[in-house]
Amino acid sequence: MNEIFMITPLLIISGGILLSLIVEMFYKKSEIILPWLSIAIFISAAYYSLLTAYREGVVFNSMLAVGGLVHIFYFIFNFGAAIVVLLSIDHIKKVGIYFGEFYILMQSAVLGMMFLSGAKDLVMVFIGLEQMSVCFYILTGFNRKRSSSNEAALKYFLLGAFASGFVVYGMALIYGAVGSLSIPSVSFYLINQSPSIIFIVGLLLFIIGFSFKIAAVPFHMWVPDVYQGAPTTVTAFMSTGGKAAAFSALLVVLVPVFSNLAKNNFIPLLSVLAVITMLYGSIVAIAQIDLKRMLAYSSIAHAGYMIIGLAAGNQNGVTGIVFYLAAYTFMNLGAFGVISMVEAKDNSHVDLQSYTGLAAKYPLLAAMLTIFMFALAGIPPFAGFFGKYFVFISAIEANLTWLAIIGVISSAISAYFYLRVVVVMYFKSTDSPIDVEPSYYALLGIFISALLVLVMGLFPNSIIQLISFFVG
Amino acid sequence: MITLQIILFSVFAIIAVVTSILVVTRKNPIISALFLVLNFAALAGIYLLLNAQFIAVVQVIVYAGAIMVLFLFVIMLLRPEHEKNFFEENPKMKWLALIVGVVVFFQLIYTIFFGKLSSSIHQNAEKSVEIGTIESIGRGLFTTYLIPFEAAGFLLLAAAIGALVLAKKHFD
Repeated sequence: MNEIFMITPLLIISGGILLSLIVEMFYKKSEIILPWLSIAIFISAAYYSLLTAYREGVVFNSMLAVGGLVHIFYFIFNFGAAIVVLLSIDHIKKVGIYFGEFYILMQSAVLGMMFLSGAKDLVMVFIGLEQMSVCFYILTGFNRKRSSSNEAALKYFLLGAFASGFVVYGMALIYGAVGSLSIPSVSFYLINQSPSIIFIVGLLLFIIGFSFKIAAVPFHMWVPDVYQGAPTTVTAFMSTGGKAAAFSALLVVLVPVFSNLAKNNFIPLLSVLAVITMLYGSIVAIAQIDLKRMLAYSSIAHAGYMIIGLAAGNQNGVTGIVFYLAAYTFMNLGAFGVISMVEAKDNSHVDLQSYTGLAAKYPLLAAMLTIFMFALAGIPPFAGFFGKYFVFISAIEANLTWLAIIGVISSAISAYFYLRVVVVMYFKSTDSPIDVEPSYYALLGIFISALLVLVMGLFPNSIIQLISFFVG
Repeated sequence: MITLQIILFSVFAIIAVVTSILVVTRKNPIISALFLVLNFAALAGIYLLLNAQFIAVVQVIVYAGAIMVLFLFVIMLLRPEHEKNFFEENPKMKWLALIVGVVVFFQLIYTIFFGKLSSSIHQNAEKSVEIGTIESIGRGLFTTYLIPFEAAGFLLLAAAIGALVLAKKHFD
């Protein structure tokens, strides 16, 4: 009976999904109350996760871990999702996808993310991954009238199903080698013997499958089209929560495995993956005119920085990744929030040209976007800088200094295209600046994100201490 | 001595053989597909006789049910009866099919009649029967794998909601 109360955050979300379904069924104007219900559910789950983070344990026949780092991830997903709901309220009305189901699918996606980060068994990893992905496929294609949205959904679905196939195949091989799918027994297997070739191949397939999900080069092909085609707030959700969840699953599986490998042969592999991902994302983003596409490539580059922490594999690396994910979640949410507000009804006004002279007409909006661009570029005192800082430090500690140097070079390259947006907004003028439909809910969401980005940048130490308390 | 088991086996086996011959000889692909359903059902019966309850049920639900529906959908959407016969267009493929068929046939003959059985096969067979029963699967689902089982429920729920949203007729 006690075990049930240990997973209260999960119960809140799953209960919320069922409640929202009932509301959707019986109430004609469910679009109006469902966002607020969703926010209430997300905030209470986030609050409760933080409140019970000190109570660590493993429940339900060692299927799920609770407390500690897992609850930190729960907080990131739920709080991020609450902000996405704020951004979406007016946006989905504007682009003509004003349905209550939107929020129910978002809750389902969050539930999947929570399964992913709390998993103690590869079965849970798979179910969480599928639950999250299925919701994202649908949300991507939510705007049925737009052909680019349909195209993005189909592409995402086919490639995502392919990636899931890789993951499952990898798990099957790991099961063949270990005889069990639970992660503690996988690490126990590695303590006693050197891994068999079946295990290595299985783990490789697992990493390849998840590289699709975190958008690492060369498994990134779907990212630009899907990010561009999906409704903007869905893109915001996908690029933050989805990425954070996939990374949390990688941490859950790979950290215990790597710490028990006598000789970690995966470090060169992950290092190469990190290098090509960072450089490719940063360099190709320069050529992008469409802001959503640009942020898609930037999200590829950010995945590369986070893989550095994974390659380092030490305690600081894990702490750095968690901090980076939290920072990245809020700065990206804010950036996409501004884009979703500037975006017009017919999905135009997402190109760089439209932002010409935005600062003169809408100074507040321009200032917010500037904060997020600075943060994404990694300029202090915003959160993005410390995310990169902690990850690079962990690489230097793990004798991967060259990796940190390439990371610094790559983020210097990326500063160009982030700052170009700021330049266009402030230093170029036009006779006919575009009109922006004000949305106070979205503005509130953008404000909260900006505040968090600032707080995380000004007081990184206290947050790092909190995270490393649970990592250690 | 003729037991019920042998009678049932003969019935299922004859159905399986006859339908599999019909699958490859029919001209209309839809009729072929329907005979394949019958073939799967007969195989499920044989599994049941071997005490592999779970595999029998999965055979019916997944193969005879879901996968054959998919087959039929694809056939009906592509309408291959308007196209030329596959083997008429690619005459060389006929030989390839023949070779593959002969190789598989003799492999099966070899393993059934000439292969050496490993000594532990009887123990392993008993164990696998134990795992394959409805009881042990139900016990697993509701004890060790309770959380994944419930989570799969939410996964299916999300998929159902998504299918309804995307298939809604009116989009106002």
